Amino acid sequence: MYSLERPVQGQSSCPKDRLGRKRRTVVSSLTEDEELTEILKSYCSNKVTTTKYSFLSFIPKNLFEQLHRFANIYFIFLAALNFVPVVNAFQPEISIIPILLVLAVTAVKDLWEDYRKHKSDKFINGLVCEIYSRKRQMYVDQRWQDVHVGDFVRLSCNEIIPADMLLLYSSDPHGVCYIETANLDGETNLKQRQVVRDLPRQGSELTPENFHSRIECENPNNDLSRFRGFMEYPSKARVGLHNNNLLLRSCTIRNTETVIGIVVYAGHETKAMKNNNGPRYKRSKLERRLNVDVLWSVVLLVIMCLTAAIGHGLWLRNLKDNSFLIPDTTSPALSGFYLFWTMIIVLQVLIPISLYVSIEIVKLCQIFFIQNDVDFYNEYMDSRIQCRALNITEDLGQIQYVFSDKTGTLTENKMVFRRCTIAGVEYPHEENGEKSKYIFLHNIFHQGDASMELTYIVDFFMALAICNTVVVSSPNQPRHVSRTPLKSLEDIKMLFQRFGLPRFSTLSPPHTTESPRSFTRRLFSRGKAASFTPRLDGVPGEDGDQGYEEEGDGLENSNGGEGPPSEPGADELIYEAESPDEAALVHAARAYRCTLQGRSLERLLVELPGMGSLAVRLLHILPFDSTRKRMSVVVRHPLTNQVVVYTKGADSVIMDLAESPKGAEQSDGRQGHIREQTQKHLDNYAREGLRTLCIAKKVQTSTEYEIWLKRHAFAETSIENREELLLESAQRLETNLTLLGATGIEDRLQEEVPETIEALQRAGVKVWVLTGDKQETAINIACACKLLRTTDQLLTSSSSCLVSLQEACKALLLELRAEVERGEAAEGTSGFTLVVDGRTLDFALQEDLKGDFLELSRRCRAVVCCRSTPLQKSHVVQLVRDQLRVMTLAIGDGANDVSMIQVADVGIGISGQEGMQAVMSSDFAISRFKHLRKLLLVHGHWCYTRLANMILYFFYKNVMYVNLLFWYQFFCGFSGSVMTNSWVLIFFNLLFTSAPPLLYGILDKDVSADTLIKLPELYKSGQNSKAYLPSTFWLTMLDALYQSLVCFFIPYFAYAGSDADMLSFGSPINASALLIILLHQVIESRTLTWLHVLVLVGSALFYFSFTLVFSVVCVTCSPPTNPLGVDKLQMSQPLFYGVCALTTVLALLPRFLFHALRNSISPSDTLKAALMDQLNPDNYCRRMQHWNQTQAQSKARGLIINVEDLDIKIPDFILPKELKECRAATGSVLS
Amino acid sequence: MSQQDQKDHQGQQQPEPLPVHTTTIQKVRIMMKEELETTNRPDNTAFTQQRLPAWQPMLSAGIVIPGFVLIGLAFIGIGVALFITSQNITVLEKDYTGVETTSDCYKCSNPSDKNCTCKLEFSLSTLFEGPVFFYYGLSNYFQSQRSYGASKDEYQLSGDLDYFKTPISACSPYQYDANQNPIVPCGSLANSMFNDTFKLYQIVNGTKKLVPFDGKGIAWWTDYNIKYRNPSVTPLKNAFNGTVKPSFWSKPAYELDTSDPSNNGFVNQDFLVWMRRAALPDFRKLYRRITEGDYARGLPAGNYSLEIAYNYPVLSFGGRKKVVFSNVSWMGGKNQFLGIAYLVVGSLCVVMSMVMLIVYAKFKFPEDD
Repeated sequence: MYSLERPVQGQSSCPKDRLGRKRRTVVSSLTEDEELTEILKSYCSNKVTTTKYSFLSFIPKNLFEQLHRFANIYFIFLAALNFVPVVNAFQPEISIIPILLVLAVTAVKDLWEDYRKHKSDKFINGLVCEIYSRKRQMYVDQRWQDVHVGDFVRLSCNEIIPADMLLLYSSDPHGVCYIETANLDGETNLKQRQVVRDLPRQGSELTPENFHSRIECENPNNDLSRFRGFMEYPSKARVGLHNNNLLLRSCTIRNTETVIGIVVYAGHETKAMKNNNGPRYKRSKLERRLNVDVLWSVVLLVIMCLTAAIGHGLWLRNLKDNSFLIPDTTSPALSGFYLFWTMIIVLQVLIPISLYVSIEIVKLCQIFFIQNDVDFYNEYMDSRIQCRALNITEDLGQIQYVFSDKTGTLTENKMVFRRCTIAGVEYPHEENGEKSKYIFLHNIFHQGDASMELTYIVDFFMALAICNTVVVSSPNQPRHVSRTPLKSLEDIKMLFQRFGLPRFSTLSPPHTTESPRSFTRRLFSRGKAASFTPRLDGVPGEDGDQGYEEEGDGLENSNGGEGPPSEPGADELIYEAESPDEAALVHAARAYRCTLQGRSLERLLVELPGMGSLAVRLLHILPFDSTRKRMSVVVRHPLTNQVVVYTKGADSVIMDLAESPKGAEQSDGRQGHIREQTQKHLDNYAREGLRTLCIAKKVQTSTEYEIWLKRHAFAETSIENREELLLESAQRLETNLTLLGATGIEDRLQEEVPETIEALQRAGVKVWVLTGDKQETAINIACACKLLRTTDQLLTSSSSCLVSLQEACKALLLELRAEVERGEAAEGTSGFTLVVDGRTLDFALQEDLKGDFLELSRRCRAVVCCRSTPLQKSHVVQLVRDQLRVMTLAIGDGANDVSMIQVADVGIGISGQEGMQAVMSSDFAISRFKHLRKLLLVHGHWCYTRLANMILYFFYKNVMYVNLLFWYQFFCGFSGSVMTNSWVLIFFNLLFTSAPPLLYGILDKDVSADTLIKLPELYKSGQNSKAYLPSTFWLTMLDALYQSLVCFFIPYFAYAGSDADMLSFGSPINASALLIILLHQVIESRTLTWLHVLVLVGSALFYFSFTLVFSVVCVTCSPPTNPLGVDKLQMSQPLFYGVCALTTVLALLPRFLFHALRNSISPSDTLKAALMDQLNPDNYCRRMQHWNQTQAQSKARGLIINVEDLDIKIPDFILPKELKECRAATGSVLS
Repeated sequence: MSQQDQKDHQGQQQPEPLPVHTTTIQKVRIMMKEELETTNRPDNTAFTQQRLPAWQPMLSAGIVIPGFVLIGLAFIGIGVALFITSQNITVLEKDYTGVETTSDCYKCSNPSDKNCTCKLEFSLSTLFEGPVFFYYGLSNYFQSQRSYGASKDEYQLSGDLDYFKTPISACSPYQYDANQNPIVPCGSLANSMFNDTFKLYQIVNGTKKLVPFDGKGIAWWTDYNIKYRNPSVTPLKNAFNGTVKPSFWSKPAYELDTSDPSNNGFVNQDFLVWMRRAALPDFRKLYRRITEGDYARGLPAGNYSLEIAYNYPVLSFGGRKKVVFSNVSWMGGKNQFLGIAYLVVGSLCVVMSMVMLIVYAKFKFPEDD
């Protein structure tokens, strides 16, 4: 749309064939060139509107949208039809009332929703940033909405970027700036962005006036990771532009004082907005089902009207002399045609007119109850659940798949260092434990291994502190505090002050009773000492250990009994880590006074206990990659001056690499012992769901290092196969490591997450975890939250080429089926869990493989997708939603979950750590994951059953009532006569019988909340749409038909041959219809409160009093069905009551009987549960246990039946070798 | 470490309100500012938490059986009462359409024959207990037809003189006559008013003794007193100036009963009875009651002769005419159906309760064992 249509002059050399016309030109908005200004003006401005309506367009647009609803068109058509004299059945004004009511209620609701969006837009558009103004020759504050393409924007640290812009200047001397993309993709680590290369330096700051370059770049698209274009300087020199130069809207500037950029995409054209697909209009599953049945009603209506029309034609033809009745000369066929339309008006109630309004009202009330649930209240945030979508409450009760984000959704997104094992000795760290002890190392000193032990410990913490890519912020460049994995500085301080490493008594020799002193205390006290007597950097510390001991002894007394001293200065350091784990490790190291104080490209500044700050020369960083599953740093040790490699990585890899160092014969046994112990501890950690990392080191002799360095340099500089060479080089270095120890980090799960997931799985909901995290972490968390059970078999697929994946998919599928056949997949004994990584997912989502992938994942109990991008997440959800035709729910907390949340049938945002993006795009926003349990199992179940029952009841009610009118046609020459006053007729649905079903839809409670939570199986009734199956619908229709027959023909026979007039005949029919309809609801209701009684009795009274009053005051009104005197007279006659009683009882008898028999012979689960509610607590518990047992049994039975049903002959299939290996590799992580 | 130390540490551990996430909280505050004035905690009431005390109507055999028995017995009781009441009602129906050639009214069935009278003779062997209601009945006559029913002017009939000049269009084609004079009362309903008249004689010793008819109060009280009003013009005839009578009528509305001004015009009882449309195509309408003189106790046994002024043609549309003598009970006229229906439904309930009993014995609720 905004592509540059005209050829660019003077750009003959422009590679048209590559870029084609798909590009845009951006120049400084200060340009004088009018043509270029025109181009700039043609681009989107930065104003963002997500609202549907404007002030003026509201009424037409809203009407237009409402008219998309089939029912509304129908009612308007009917209203219009009533104005045609030939066919009109009632007074025209009567038939307008219903449609006006419907439209008005819906319009008010829409208006209110749109207003909320408008407010949020206004807030965003009104944010302020600094734009360079030509007039005033300086940067001035402007609102976001006034930013245009070509403007120069200056941003300071922590400001949010208003539009996509090209980085032209950074206050950083290296021309870089850091941005945080959390708002965009949820990643909390900092990304580095670079000033456009070769930009002529213009003194201290960029001067916009002097910027005459032009930028050619591709048209707006939604690819966050790609940006292509070039910048042409006035000198015609060109520089390529990369994603690296682009600052994206809604990211945040970090760690950089000032940046200046030129806007290239604004407003809706920014990548952030392009990725924001906008809210999908969500229509609930029930509503779709409902619309089908509305169509059936239409069919029914047409049939009835046709019958009447044909009947009328025949009747007219057979009428020899009609001069008495209708002396007009219309031919029977034409009259029949007219009558068809008249009948449509008369029988219009068949299409449930008040249903749509009622559903809206009921949903609003359901939302009121959800919002007012005290269980969803979060005290800490003082927030309750927010319901942002108003029309999908019942979908909550039909969810079959839950897609969950991991970090921040299942977990707190707060990494906590939990345990470590150093040299085979474990030191648990009880963060909040009451027994915050210090490490007792006394015994070790006594054993004479003290110096050895101490070396290990110091090395261990040294590794923790430096083996990472953590960026240290200085206090004068403060950063968003909440991004640090721990809550605050205060928190960290408090935490580490209490930090203790009590020895596990089982692993350590018994303590000697004398002088129990903690090693930490020693370290701390030494740290203190160090601050008293600072040492110079780089002082060789070969005898350091010795010195420590002496010093420590000396200072112990002065510090004895006091808590560990704190160093206020050190607390001001802020760590920016790529992953929260790294941050947690660095913080942990710091707690033991092994503080990382700074990092530059060549040097690391580390403060060691007792030694003060040391500058460590950083020789290399071998960054983390998923094949090596480890990272290393090569440093020159400040004390020994040796080249030391510190390696940190997944336990499986490091344990293999950790060989006994050559030439250390006497410690051979010791290394073996350490490895053995560490492995034992690692297994323990994994069982506890901790994220484990092993730390190892290696001391390189200088010759060895020289040799390695040469080859490494070669690898770095080679062009071909560089990646492979580097990998090889890294692997060459990371051998023969000395195992130092391992750490256990906990990304603490939110409370009750395992319980919630278990409940969801019991409820038949499949839970998928989609995370951007790496595989091990994802599996760990899946274990911790009981998504994976220890008995589960893990299937991982992480192949890289398409063909092999296809094979792998198929192989796994077959293998799975074979497993199922063997009947081993019985619930609780074993299950399958599929783990897919992002790259594999890419393949799996392709057209020819997605069927296999779905088939495979459908058979797995749980699926974990790791390393997935936001778009992939939404693709997965979309695939499952569309292909399997299931109800999906996506839950997440970060901006990276937004698209997934929007795609799913129900999107749930977790408000909390990661800003409001997820919340803003969600349908419901909760504050904790555990709330999902009650939201689905209780509110979802209730909302669904309530609405389903209410809708069925509405259909029943209308069919039952309308058929009465239809039967009468046989006795009035099919002329469209009604035996009831037309106001009563219209009001019958709108007023007399609408409140009780509303209450039914709002308050009916088949099972109590407690029981629903305890028996998640009850949720399945909603999943399978048990309450509203097509068969239920037709049964209800049949019952309605029967009831209407009874309700019409009992009065008919009672009044046959008498002198009863039309309205007197209609009066008992109407009255008994009302009684039948109300009592029918009593039979169907599961609970009756005083409100029900009030409304039911009120409705009946309202009807009777209305008709009575109407029959007294309506003297000449509503011809030809003037009711004067009718009901008054009728209600004074015993016959009226005799007829009503008989009719009502006979009409309700079958349903009553049906319920009684069904409840006695085969009560449904819900009913059984409801019966439990009525028991006393003791029996309740007993019954609950009994239930759970029988459930388990029946499940086992059901599964065996399924297996028999499958009956597919599959030859014994032998898994491909690589798959087995995969499983073996990940198996260790699991077990 | 001493106990004291541990305590201290515990003390320190008590987390103070965490001063973290201030920015997040601020964001949240911006979003929900309007709701955040006070605390956001929902009210913990039985209503908002959906814990209202409720009765659960659990339809199980235990409740249903006694219920069915009770309903069944009650219905059988009512049924018996209704049946006996209905049995005690005497009805005498005589068709006088004159289809059969043997009928005295056969001669009148030719529509061209005006002012024809015929006789219908019958005898009663026992006393026909009073008060006796005398009805005329029509069959295959669709007063319930929609356009027929709509073809009247309620305003005109309530005495509004404006509508005398311009009757509403629903009356068409009986709105104006060929000379564009408004028809009063307009519409086919009024136009088709039943105009046979009857005189009942008891043959006592060969002489005809007129049985007095009571024509008062046969129409609805509301119709007579409220709904239908003559215009307040005296004499009534003047109100009808410039209007014409319905084409089927032999005399204008103001001459329906010249003897009794309170039974004339729109409040004529026969007119009112006719204007109240019958619900079903076979109907009867009250013509007179026999409540006076020697016949206050009913029609004594004997021979009777009904003189019929046969004016109303029904054969053209396949209809039938009849006269009905009947007495009434508290439940209205004779109707066997209701009593029998009550008996059937009542017994059905009792049978069902038996079935339920068997079912209950066979399939007890699982928790009962």
